[in-house]
Amino acid sequence: MTPLTPLAALSGPDVAWYLIVAAILFSIGTLGVLVRRSPLIVLLSLEIMLNAANLALISFARLHGGHDGQIFALAVMAVAASEVVVGLGLIVAMSRRRLTLDVDSFRLLKG
Amino acid sequence: MGSLLVWVVWVGAAFACLGSGVAVISFTNPFYSALALIGNLGSLAVLYLLASAEFLAAAQVLVYAGAVMVMFLFVIAYLGDAAGVPFGGGPSWVAVGAIVASAAILVEVVVAIGLKAGNSLSNEADVEAAFGSPGEIGRLFLTDHLLAFEITSIVLLIAAVGGVILGTQTRSERELDAQEPTA
Repeated sequence: MTPLTPLAALSGPDVAWYLIVAAILFSIGTLGVLVRRSPLIVLLSLEIMLNAANLALISFARLHGGHDGQIFALAVMAVAASEVVVGLGLIVAMSRRRLTLDVDSFRLLKG
Repeated sequence: MGSLLVWVVWVGAAFACLGSGVAVISFTNPFYSALALIGNLGSLAVLYLLASAEFLAAAQVLVYAGAVMVMFLFVIAYLGDAAGVPFGGGPSWVAVGAIVASAAILVEVVVAIGLKAGNSLSNEADVEAAFGSPGEIGRLFLTDHLLAFEITSIVLLIAAVGGVILGTQTRSERELDAQEPTA
């Protein structure tokens, strides 16, 4: 069995292309957070933004040949998972209190 | 030949990623949005793989597309019809302002990266075949980045405790449920 060619040896697009994709993805996520009113979709858009940041971190890690960016991206993944747990917990708590799930209707910092 | 294949896969993954990103924010039904986000995360994992982040690509599929999105789908199913809030019915200048703001962020990021690092983006460092492999990441987590590893575990623990606290029914909610037993 012949050993697989390491992916790093194949020449693909420059890091700049990765960064352009990451920037577009981040602004798509921003647009979702600003336009949508459903808190669920706002959370999904936040995930898109976090993943865009992860893509940029990984591209810079590849550019510099160090692992620090990848470690940081893993930490971001853990933070994103925690954010989803707390965010979904809040959404379920809102729905149990018979509140409308509309981010525009939450204007006061009291229950 | 290998280079052409990498380009084809890369362009396909990038367009799938951007297209499913747009789909996430344009579906009215949150269920379809969550499914589109799974596609987005999967195509991002392909991009990670092409940037030689093999362990992160696997973790992306396992943690995100697997665990996190299943939790999302469960909550969407639990909420049922209450989950779907349509687009902002408010004044349209809000939507216009949002589009302008996100376009401004895009331009700002591109200009900042282009000015600061535009010249050095094409000469990538040479990496060995083990770059980004699980063994390498695991070794770094237990040596150089041990503190980050431990703090990550504490963050996850706090999130789990917070989830339990948010999920516990309070007395007023039990009374609310008693009033509407069908709900």
